[in-house]
Amino acid sequence: MRKVAIIGVGMSRFGELWDKSFRDIVIEAGIEAIEDANLEGKEIEAMYIGNMSGGRFLSQEHISALIADYSGLASLNIPAIRVEAGDASGGVALKEAYISVASGIHDIVVAAGVEKVTDVGSAMEIMDSSIDQEWEAFHGATLASLYAMMARLHIHNYGSSEEDLAMISVKNHKNAVNNPKAQFRREIGIETVLNSPYVAEPLKVFDSAPISDGSAVVILASERVARKHTDTPVYINSVVQSSDYLAVQNREDILEMKAVKTATRKALKLAKCELKDIDVFEMHDSFTITELLLYENVGLAEKGRGHELVRDGRVEIDGEKPVNPSGGLKACGHAVGATGIRQIGEIVLQLRGDAGKRQVDAEKGMAVNIGGTGATAVVSILGR
Amino acid sequence: MIPSFWRKIRYRYNLTGTKCENCGRIYHPPRNICPECRRKSSITEVDLGDRGELLTYSIVHDAPESFKLQRPYVIGLIKLESGVVVTSQISCKPSELRIGMKVKAVFRKYGEDGEDGIIYYGTKFVPCEE
Ligand SMILES: [Zn+2]
Repeated sequence: MRKVAIIGVGMSRFGELWDKSFRDIVIEAGIEAIEDANLEGKEIEAMYIGNMSGGRFLSQEHISALIADYSGLASLNIPAIRVEAGDASGGVALKEAYISVASGIHDIVVAAGVEKVTDVGSAMEIMDSSIDQEWEAFHGATLASLYAMMARLHIHNYGSSEEDLAMISVKNHKNAVNNPKAQFRREIGIETVLNSPYVAEPLKVFDSAPISDGSAVVILASERVARKHTDTPVYINSVVQSSDYLAVQNREDILEMKAVKTATRKALKLAKCELKDIDVFEMHDSFTITELLLYENVGLAEKGRGHELVRDGRVEIDGEKPVNPSGGLKACGHAVGATGIRQIGEIVLQLRGDAGKRQVDAEKGMAVNIGGTGATAVVSILGR
Repeated sequence: MIPSFWRKIRYRYNLTGTKCENCGRIYHPPRNICPECRRKSSITEVDLGDRGELLTYSIVHDAPESFKLQRPYVIGLIKLESGVVVTSQISCKPSELRIGMKVKAVFRKYGEDGEDGIIYYGTKFVPCEE
């Protein structure tokens, strides 16, 4: 397997982009990535696109060819592949793109993620389609309520609190202030979170990431080709995908995310490093409890002690292990299929020293992207 | 929704799961393959019992269209006596809810498709004293 580098990063703004179409936002991110990589465009040999639900959000399937076409690549007739794994679609697109370069099949490929959700009124119900429809949704369970049940159990078993969860939202909002691509660039107080209405008790509106429009693109190249295009390649040390039982009820312990644990263990092994070597993290905070459980399942905290990281400030941007300097899904925005790539884009900017006012000092970074309640997890480790 | 509902109707009306005779594990929903034994699976149907305890729960406020009229409602994970965990609604006052409470299965309406459409029934749980 060859070494693979990321040579370009591009992102649209995340948010409610009423005036922009699906095609507009993906091209906006693509152009930025191609300029960043110093490419003309014709060097691109394949595209891997993470998208959860073009069919239900836009009644548009076959978006792989559509995106290649509107990227100006129709005349090159390159392969374009759409991948779907709920809101881990972006992470899986990265993994497929990585394999195609590492294996020697391609030299330069695009890994993209895109979602346009604001053209329909029922975005939440479409998000809920990542849970088991016959045995969870049939009974009235929603994605939020499944995470809410995890939160309830964590609070009951381990003495965490709604305030601890709220502080994760407060942290991510604070970080997003310095991210020009973020959906919510304003600080909030803990009362804002605690006083927001319940979605599924104990989770509230401000514990929940928005469902956003947005796109992110990264360009991958083999090590040899990367050197021709950039002086600051960021290497993909590993990217590992794992799966778990789809329905939460079938997991032995609902606070254990086995897909996350397995992917993390394998990703660290492949990258030949330990968790202590990772300086910055982007984690999938679809809900505040998701981020808290990721602290524990990735191994930053022992089981049942994730909330201590929040209380100690260790996951703040100036803490020992910064998590979500971008603002995370909660404040940067959660453009579903784009999120996994957006996280990678943030880690690349952080490792290159291009993260502006939200810059942290980092040699290695990790992105953790999960689908639904954790039946898919993608863990990526990047290094300079 | 309708064809898939009818296909699984007996598993919704009765708490029935599958047992792997090779390793003894019991699963709900029913499976054709045991995740532990795979090719060596030997699957039979088994009654899961109608009593259990509440592992965790949530009161749902933001609900999909088909559940809007029932808001707020309680969703829970119930560990049955057979050890199998199911996702179901709990019919009780929110103030009665506590983790570990004993519950038993009852047959209740879940929803309907349109004004004169099909009515879905299934299992819900209610509190019960030992
Ligand atoms: Zn078995």
